[in-house]
Amino acid sequence: MSGVNEQVLGRVNDFVIRFANVNGTGSASANFLFAKAIFRMGIPVTPKNIFPSNIQGLPTWYEVRVSEKGYLGRREGIDLVVAVNAQSFEKDIHSVRPGGYLIYDSTKKMHQTLIREDIHYLGIPMMEMCNAHFSDPRQRQLFKNIIYVGALSVLLSIEFEVLEALLAEQFAGKEKLIAPNIKALKLGINYVLEQFPYPLEFHLARRDLVKNRILVDGNTACGLGAVYGGATVVAWYPITPSTSVAEAFDKYAAKFRIDQVTGKKNYAIVQAEDELAAIGMVIGANWNGARSFTATSGPGVSLMNEFIGLSYFAEIPAVLIDVQRAGPSTGMPTRTQQSDVLLAAYASHGDTKHVLLFPASPKECFELTAASFDLAEYLQTLVIVMTDLDLGMNDHMSEPFEWDDAADYNRGKVLNEEELENMGRFGRYLDVDGDGIPYRTIPGTHPTKGGFTTRGTSRDEYAAYTEDNKAYQRNMERLLAKWETARSLVPTPVLYQEANRHAYGILFYGTSTYSSEEAKDILGERGIYVDAIRIKAFPFNTDVSDFIAAHQQVFIIEQNRDAQLRSLLMMDLSIAPEKLVPVLNFDGMPITADFIANTIASHLYQEKDIQDDLYQTHI
Amino acid sequence: MTYIKPIFRHPNLPKNKIGYTLKEYEGAISNLCAGCGHDSISTAIVQACFDLSIAPHKVAKISGIGCSSKTPAFFLGNSHGFNSVHGRMPSVATGANLANKELVYFGVSGDGDTASIGMGQFVHAIRRNVNMVYLVMNNGCYGLTKGQDSATADQGSKSKAGSINPFQPVDLASLAVELGATFVAQSFSGDKGQLVPLIKAAIHHKGFAFINVISPCVTFNNNVGSTKSYDYVREHMEATSTLDFVPMEQEIRVAYEAGQVARVTMHDGTRLQLHKLENDWDPQDRLSAMNAIQRARAKEEIITGLLYLETRYGDLHDILETTHTPLNKLTSKELNPGAAALDEINHAFS
Repeated sequence: MSGVNEQVLGRVNDFVIRFANVNGTGSASANFLFAKAIFRMGIPVTPKNIFPSNIQGLPTWYEVRVSEKGYLGRREGIDLVVAVNAQSFEKDIHSVRPGGYLIYDSTKKMHQTLIREDIHYLGIPMMEMCNAHFSDPRQRQLFKNIIYVGALSVLLSIEFEVLEALLAEQFAGKEKLIAPNIKALKLGINYVLEQFPYPLEFHLARRDLVKNRILVDGNTACGLGAVYGGATVVAWYPITPSTSVAEAFDKYAAKFRIDQVTGKKNYAIVQAEDELAAIGMVIGANWNGARSFTATSGPGVSLMNEFIGLSYFAEIPAVLIDVQRAGPSTGMPTRTQQSDVLLAAYASHGDTKHVLLFPASPKECFELTAASFDLAEYLQTLVIVMTDLDLGMNDHMSEPFEWDDAADYNRGKVLNEEELENMGRFGRYLDVDGDGIPYRTIPGTHPTKGGFTTRGTSRDEYAAYTEDNKAYQRNMERLLAKWETARSLVPTPVLYQEANRHAYGILFYGTSTYSSEEAKDILGERGIYVDAIRIKAFPFNTDVSDFIAAHQQVFIIEQNRDAQLRSLLMMDLSIAPEKLVPVLNFDGMPITADFIANTIASHLYQEKDIQDDLYQTHI
Repeated sequence: MTYIKPIFRHPNLPKNKIGYTLKEYEGAISNLCAGCGHDSISTAIVQACFDLSIAPHKVAKISGIGCSSKTPAFFLGNSHGFNSVHGRMPSVATGANLANKELVYFGVSGDGDTASIGMGQFVHAIRRNVNMVYLVMNNGCYGLTKGQDSATADQGSKSKAGSINPFQPVDLASLAVELGATFVAQSFSGDKGQLVPLIKAAIHHKGFAFINVISPCVTFNNNVGSTKSYDYVREHMEATSTLDFVPMEQEIRVAYEAGQVARVTMHDGTRLQLHKLENDWDPQDRLSAMNAIQRARAKEEIITGLLYLETRYGDLHDILETTHTPLNKLTSKELNPGAAALDEINHAFS
């Protein structure tokens, strides 16, 4: 039975679609076309790529959440699955929620054992249609994907003009590809018009909720942030999921960093032989006065440990972008986690600790990467930008990037030739200003003053090698004083309320943010009220300790097994363990709001047995 | 080890072209063992830089870990030094070089630092033709940890404790030629006459200039039976040539018989004049250089002098097409695309 479905009231702009594809079959661009069309209709959308560590052949999924309310985290319960991968077909059928839909290629008859009574099957003979209308084998494969986008556009009410415009943009310069794409779209559209009732009970309706926001991935934003932050030397080693950070830097630098007269590059980018060499180059370049960074993931950070300690102890600025993935060891290279927190915070032997920044959106990836260079140079130490695969490799709806043209870089305490000429004896590690941050000199500044040997060995205030126990201890204590200065310089947390009003709080960071915000609302609907804080940096400042002190308990929401940020809070702020309740998702999939809300609610129900009157007192 | 350095200097110490005396090129007092070959190499570096009138602050000295890597503190005290981590000097030097193409870079390393822990980085610095002088102070043993064999110790060489090294050595000069290093030389710390012009030529070479200097360890590897002792090296050294380094503005005055002289013009116009002692060796031919090294090795000789030179290739900056201005001197004006460009970028994602 086909025709306009007028019976169903249904849900508007609130559903989850999952595409099940074979890796390497061109599904990515078709699936992105689908997500971008929804975005262009002014509706908040969150696409997530769930992909294998493989180039071709293994199953890959693309999940699109549409949310009128603007929730951008992952949601459980898949309303519709487009299942076009024979390998994962059975599993994909089971992933549909009861009452949901399955779109499949009905060219071949589906086996009876695969029929579920509680879902709807929408069979479209995609391969048959492709074979009938396209002769090129590659096109036959590619347009199968476009056919299902066409079908979905009717089932979910995507405006055809929007798809048309997107295809025109995508194939600008290759216009002859537009017509066959439109043809494939129409094949899907017409099939649904003839065969099925439409739209489905969940579908889309144009809104103006996107405003000036952009749809972009975090790695692009980090690469761009490094261009704006003034990085000139980039050294990197390929590793999923960080590779596209260096690629994005390269792309934007090639556009914006070319000398207008000579055509030469105002940057250098080197693919290093490994992560050790990458961070070594970064440290060498920063030592010599250039802003420099590298991007890697957990295994790379493990390899970089010795150099990280050198940056800390010899006080050389450096920026490292850690796009975290599921560990330990090689772990799940294409799945997300926030599990490098402790590794990054205390990387390297001896007493070390490092400044961490936690962006939660592409806009923050841009801002915090750009800001990390000022921070690293001012503090003369390593700054690690902690993103993850979810933020780095998935497109996110984000506030647009902003830059203040009036702002200039803060290169920190660097002495120039004139200052050296007019001063007394230069002491590289003297705490002149009482903030633990000494003055540094760049090689080549002054013929006879300011030269010294940078070393990873102990030294005195004048950079001379020493094994004097008192000199060593003075230096280590100054580094601690510098750490306290860092505490006041790093970005402050985001507080979700002007004054704390509830007994319980939630604390989160990075990609746990969207789902935590949504969980706060879900809990509120259930009558459970919590205050909230989002951490943007380590070391933690007094806002964080005040927030924790003001609550009976604080739920620490994160995506690792061992509650790593919770440990960091306990260590950095000397907080009693029982005050901090872990809420942990570590299966490699982005954390969901339902999971957070349920975990918190069940904890509070247990607490309720002990504290009877909890629910009367506005938790 | 020298404990006392005279403060008094002769008032009429000779000055170089930019007005500095040798004193301005000296470093802190060495704390290596008395008689250590490394100290002689430091002295040769001081002499070369003084002679070439290089402003001391226009040199950066970068090292790894080990006895050799301590030496940058003992020469060119007005230059910045960086005693980094074990085996990773090449990456630090590469980064530093990328930041500022205008300085002279000395990468100082040892046989442990280069041929074992740092082999990977050594190889890749060569591949990239980083413009630097890479100097290995090669004594065949780990001095700071009390004399263990290193990867350059010859098979059959006897340690001070009496053990015989059973493993094949890594021949750094052969390896450097094989990997395409654009300047490869070998020398002996006890032969200052050869070492100083080699260092000068290496400084003027635009690209990766490798000098493997056999530098006996007086404490742990100077015994009878060691192939890295002073006596052994003196007996088995075979120079390929005598080298004259000719600055740009000078004429070549010394005349050699035709057929025995090889003249090479460097990137910056300075020239090398090699008085060849072996006729079937051409320093600009990789195969012939490789043959010369292998022939000497078969005869248990240590071939010294300039072994191979290639001036046709650009350095890493040429390869990467970086701008003329050192990257560390660029300001936000050149580096920051600004808010208007960002609006365009935002638009592309909307």
